[in-house]
Amino acid sequence: MTATLPRPHDGVFDVAVIGGGIVGAAIARELSGYDLAVALLEARDDVGDGTSKANTAILHTGFDAKPGTLESELVARGYRLLGAYAEATGIPVERTGAILVAWTREELDALPGLKEKAEANGYEHCRIVGPDEVYRDLPDLGEGALGGLTVPDEAVICTWTTNLALATDAQRRGAALLLRHAVTGIDPGDEATVLHTAAGDVRARWVVNAAGLGADHVDRLLGHDRFTVTPRRGELFVFDKLARPLADKIILPVPSSRGKGVLIAPTVYGNVMLGPTAEDLTDRTATATSEEGFDFLLTKGARLMPRLLTEEVTASYAGLRAAIDHPDYLIETDPPQRYVLVGGIRSTGLTAGMAIAEHVRGLLADAGLAMRARETLPEPPRMPNIGEASPRPYQDADLIARDPAYGTLTCFCERVTEGEIRDACHTAVPARTLDGLRRRTRAMNGRCQGFYCGAAVAALYEQHHSHDGCHDHSGDDR
Amino acid sequence: MTHQPPLTTTDVLVIGAGPAGLTAAADLAAGRAGEVLVVDREPAAGGIPRHSDHTGYGLRDLHRVLSGPAYARRLVDRAAAAGAGIRTRTTVTGWADAATVEITSPEGRYRIRARAIVLATGARERPRTARRIPGDRPEGVLTTGQLQNLVHLHHRPVGRRAVIVGGEPVSWSAALTLREAGCTPALMVSEHPKAESYAAFNAAGRTVLRVPVATRTRVTRVIGKNRCEAVEIEHLDTGRRRTVACDTVVFTGDWIPDHELARAAGLTLDPGTLGPLTDTALRTSSPGVFAAGNLLHPVDTADIAALDGRHVAAQVRRHLDGECRSAEGVRLIADAPFRWIAPQVLRPGDPAPPSGRLLLWTDTFVRFPRITVRQDSGTVTTRRLPWPAAPGRAFRIPSALLDGVSPAGGPVHIGVR
Repeated sequence: MTATLPRPHDGVFDVAVIGGGIVGAAIARELSGYDLAVALLEARDDVGDGTSKANTAILHTGFDAKPGTLESELVARGYRLLGAYAEATGIPVERTGAILVAWTREELDALPGLKEKAEANGYEHCRIVGPDEVYRDLPDLGEGALGGLTVPDEAVICTWTTNLALATDAQRRGAALLLRHAVTGIDPGDEATVLHTAAGDVRARWVVNAAGLGADHVDRLLGHDRFTVTPRRGELFVFDKLARPLADKIILPVPSSRGKGVLIAPTVYGNVMLGPTAEDLTDRTATATSEEGFDFLLTKGARLMPRLLTEEVTASYAGLRAAIDHPDYLIETDPPQRYVLVGGIRSTGLTAGMAIAEHVRGLLADAGLAMRARETLPEPPRMPNIGEASPRPYQDADLIARDPAYGTLTCFCERVTEGEIRDACHTAVPARTLDGLRRRTRAMNGRCQGFYCGAAVAALYEQHHSHDGCHDHSGDDR
Repeated sequence: MTHQPPLTTTDVLVIGAGPAGLTAAADLAAGRAGEVLVVDREPAAGGIPRHSDHTGYGLRDLHRVLSGPAYARRLVDRAAAAGAGIRTRTTVTGWADAATVEITSPEGRYRIRARAIVLATGARERPRTARRIPGDRPEGVLTTGQLQNLVHLHHRPVGRRAVIVGGEPVSWSAALTLREAGCTPALMVSEHPKAESYAAFNAAGRTVLRVPVATRTRVTRVIGKNRCEAVEIEHLDTGRRRTVACDTVVFTGDWIPDHELARAAGLTLDPGTLGPLTDTALRTSSPGVFAAGNLLHPVDTADIAALDGRHVAAQVRRHLDGECRSAEGVRLIADAPFRWIAPQVLRPGDPAPPSGRLLLWTDTFVRFPRITVRQDSGTVTTRRLPWPAAPGRAFRIPSALLDGVSPAGGPVHIGVR
């Protein structure tokens, strides 16, 4: 396999993709399916450590997108692409369906319009239902729901595994995964663009900017001034798994002019999520949660589902969406600079990522980048299952018989085994921090937050992390 | 898929090898109650005392004073010597039916069916997230359980300067552990007007540990991008806020039972303790399923949990001998400032609760508590007790106070004046 991999010619990659989130990883994977030497540059020490790790993890049908936009088109296509890719790779997905709940007369009156909008987006399965049906599906919903709109195909997905699968796949297809490569300067040249990074220069003929929260900064490094990213903070509560029977579907608010509002959703790990808030900030590192955010969520939660608030909170976190002053995805090509901007990809980017990647590949081809699909590609990676809907290693008698490490539970709340923690340190894109380990295994993500397992998980991680090849991969592959 | 994991049977299955579970197993095995099996998910049996490396264990049950680890070893040895089987790294992952649990262990997946099951899964401290405290999510934010594990079992460094949240006995235990790990406990924060713990321990804390205590104070924010840098605290009366520099925060106390299995079994829970609702024989709502220890009263000392184990052993033996559940009982209800009472059901003909005492948890300090027992708008009794009711530790009342309760009457309210 290695002999056939495209290698950078004279140290120049054909394409450098900046940003190892969902979108960047999807683009790197897509392009490395062609005879191109591709580099994926990530500023942090793991892929998916920015916006992509902290979203609402919903696989959207795109029913509520603005018809006719690029976003609408790519979310609808991405929904199918990612759904199929999840089947092939084992990314956890639960096809729970959603109900958009109307609490006021005004919201009730908005439902027919939303149904028409869904149909304009090519989504035909929405139904308007009365309060009886809403409460039949969601008996623990707070009092006063007047009706709803069903969206039977909305689903929840594991955003962490999605990102890891795409990055692993890209790497297996020959893309160079360059971690800790924060781009600090860019020199476009006639033959190659030089990306100055914290870990040295990277040269590439084409540059794709999928830098998320930093996309406008990168854009300016290339001399443009077309948009500004506003970090929009979303705070969320994750409730204990014991709450999961309360919310077996995604419970959506009727969208208002102020955005999509606060939802309640099951997670693929068996929890229930309440959030997000929406608050425009200036600090792109402000991922702290706030008193105001908590109060807001608890007030909303008390109305939506009072019983949920009697359950324990397992986790709270804040994510930053890369909101921009533009109503649609901002994907533009600059052929003279051999540059593609992929900006303004908001929370729908998880769903749309693979479709965005196809779209970008098409733009590159149109702009004159010669590429030929490779005849043989490695199979997509089979990802470890960290979702509740399919059997997990601790439930697999055959697996435990072959390797007792899968029968040795280290994290009790999340039922993560020693075997999984070991594997996460030795996999193609291994965990390089305890947080990276959390995203690969769920270890320490549970209700005790490390009371029982924190020390043991850390010890196991040290053992595997320090005694094998899972050190910093930055700088190799070149 | 019809493939079922292999089935093992035993007379008694004890889930949890802490003080309550091990003591129950030792007494049952010594009393030849049949085959007794203890399962625990940890790599070693002994429960929390394994990593509570300070003295004070064993007073009420073994009538001697031991360190936590020595106490844990002794309980394990007693249960093993009595003939109980102890399986570690053995996790109950669910229920196959009301008398059968599912197991994952390095030996594989299997089921255990028992004639009686004792749940002794203990309690844990609520971590920062469960206390809904906002801010950054840096490293260095721990519970006492994690701290003690890190220091005593894994010999890992923790930090240099810590803030301890809580003023319970376990909070002082955290201070001891921090000191031992070379980390200065710079401040203890308690919402109560005084640090709640035992006066003796408090005095020792002040003289030996010299930890300043900020009372009537709560933590409002955790600060620090990578490593913890500070916490913001607020005085509850003045509303004044300030930040305290620290690289470590230990959230102590604020206990919740590990009730996942109890809930998964569909057992009726008590809304106060969040543990299974039990009668004075420590029966749960499911026939043949008993519960003991800090799962029932989050949280009391290890020796009290052990005495629960001794008590439940006798009741399990009666169950194995074919005794049926006695009549309907009356419900015991803790009135404010009590948060909970355990056990919660009084049935005619049942034994007195463990050690003849009911356990309660108070949210406010009452130096000279006068206990009132009321039923059906009448007062059953009032009694002044010579010991204070203090937040942060269980408050014990003699069950004889309930002697005048009518078994046919309504719920019994227990209050304090």
